[in-house]
Amino acid sequence: MTERIGFEPKIIGFLCNWCSYAGADLAGVSRIQYPPNIRIIRVMCSGRIDPAFVLEAFKNGADGVLVAGCHLPSDCHYLSGNFKAARRIALLRKVLADFGIEPERLRLEWVSASEGDRFAAIVRDIVEEIRKLGPNPFKNKDGETQ
Amino acid sequence: MANEKLKIAFYWAASCGGCEIAVLDINEKILDVIQLADIVFWPVAMDVKYKDVENMPDKYIDICFFNGSVRNEEQEYMAKLLRQKAKTLIAFGSCAQEGCIPGLANLHNREEIFEKVYLKSHCVENPVGTVPQTRFEAKEGLLKLPEFYDTVKTLDQTVEVDYYIPGCPPPVSLITSALEAVAKNQLPPKGTVLAPPKSVCDECPRKKENKKITKIYRVHKKMPEPEKCLLEQGIICMGPATRSGCGAQCLNVDMPCTGCGGPCPNSPEQGAAMVSALASILGLEEEKDRYTEKDIEELMRQIKDPVGTFYMYSLPSSILRRKVMKK
Repeated sequence: MTERIGFEPKIIGFLCNWCSYAGADLAGVSRIQYPPNIRIIRVMCSGRIDPAFVLEAFKNGADGVLVAGCHLPSDCHYLSGNFKAARRIALLRKVLADFGIEPERLRLEWVSASEGDRFAAIVRDIVEEIRKLGPNPFKNKDGETQ
Repeated sequence: MANEKLKIAFYWAASCGGCEIAVLDINEKILDVIQLADIVFWPVAMDVKYKDVENMPDKYIDICFFNGSVRNEEQEYMAKLLRQKAKTLIAFGSCAQEGCIPGLANLHNREEIFEKVYLKSHCVENPVGTVPQTRFEAKEGLLKLPEFYDTVKTLDQTVEVDYYIPGCPPPVSLITSALEAVAKNQLPPKGTVLAPPKSVCDECPRKKENKKITKIYRVHKKMPEPEKCLLEQGIICMGPATRSGCGAQCLNVDMPCTGCGGPCPNSPEQGAAMVSALASILGLEEEKDRYTEKDIEELMRQIKDPVGTFYMYSLPSSILRRKVMKK
C-alpha cells in the first residue's frame, strides 16, 4: 500500500481530431479544471487507433488509456470509425484481461466538440479510478512474478 | 575457398522436434545439401557433444539453424555458444522466431507450471511434492539441472539473429529457397525474414466477397462451404494477420490459418493486427439503429480464448510478451 501513497497515475489519451480533441480544447479554453495526469495524443479518428498503440502504451508504463471519439451512432466524420473503435476496444479489453491487465484501465468514451465539461469530468473520473487500481503491474519486472 | 565445403549445424531448444523433421522433408534435396556442406553438429541425428562445439574455434560453423525457443538455462547457454561459433545464425521455425506454442507458457510462470505438471496433473503421483531443483547433493557428488525460467524467450531476445525462417514447421519451399540462397551466396540483408512479405490471404485460393459477419463458429461447430473465405463464414482465420510462404496449405484442406507464419512486415504485432481485423468485420446487423455496449460485449463473448487464438504463435515476441503475474 505504501507504494500507492503519492502515486500519480499516468494516463494516455487518444482523442479523435473532429470531436474529442476539440472537446478537450474547449475544456482548455473554457478554463475548466481537470487533473494534469492525462497526456493527449491526437489521431484523425478513433477507428485509426491500432490495438498495438494501446498495448505499447501499457508496455511503456501507462497506468491507464483513454480512447475517445465521436458519439454513436452518426457523429463520426468518417461515418463508421467510431463503430470500429467500439468493437476493437471491446475485444481488446478481453485480450488485456488475459494478459493480467485490469480491463478498467482501458476506457472508451464519446466526447463531442461541444462537451468540454464532459471531457473534464471523464478525466477526473478516470484518474480517480486508476488511483484506486494502483500502478500498472507491468512496470515491475516486465510482469514476471513480483 | 570454392571447393571447401560449408559447415552447417542444427540445434533444437524448446521445440517439439517438428522442425528437425521439416529439414528431412526436403527429401532428395538433402543429398544436394550434403554435396555442398558438412553437418558438424546435429544432436537429433549425430553424436556430437557440447564439449566438441565448445572446442571449435569461433566462427567455425558457417550456418547454424536454430529451432526452438529459449525457456531454460541450457538452451540459453547453447544459443550463446552457437552464436559465438557460427558466422550466420538462422532462427528456424516459429519457436525460435517468435516463441510459438512453448511460448504460451508465458501465460503462467514457473511456479504454476511446476504445480500443474509435477503436483496436480491427474496422472501424477507425487506424495512428497518433488519438483525439479537446479542442484542436488547426492552421495556421489553434486548433481545439476538447468534452471527453468519464468518467461519463454525467442532466440533474438537472447542473442543476435541473422535470418528468420517462419512456419510451424517451416514449409519445404522456404527451406529450399533459403538453402539455395546460401549455396549461391545470395542471402538478403541481415535481419530479413526469409518468406514472401504478403499475407496468407494473398496466397489463399478461396473467394473473398463481402466481409461482414455477425456470428463466430469454432472450427468443430461448422462444416465450411468449399471455396468461400472462412472468415466470411464466421470461422476465425488468422490469414489477414499472418505472413505467407506456406501456399495457404491449411486453407486448401478447409482448416483456418492459425498464424504460424508470424506477423506481416508492416504490422509486427500479430495479435493486435488480428484483433483489429476481426473487430472491424464482426458487427451487429442493422448496427446503426440498435447499438448498446451490452450488445457489443455479447458479440465479443463469442470469441473463446482470445490470447490463445490471436497469439498462439507470437506471445513471447508480442509487445507485452507475457501475462503479468500477481501474488
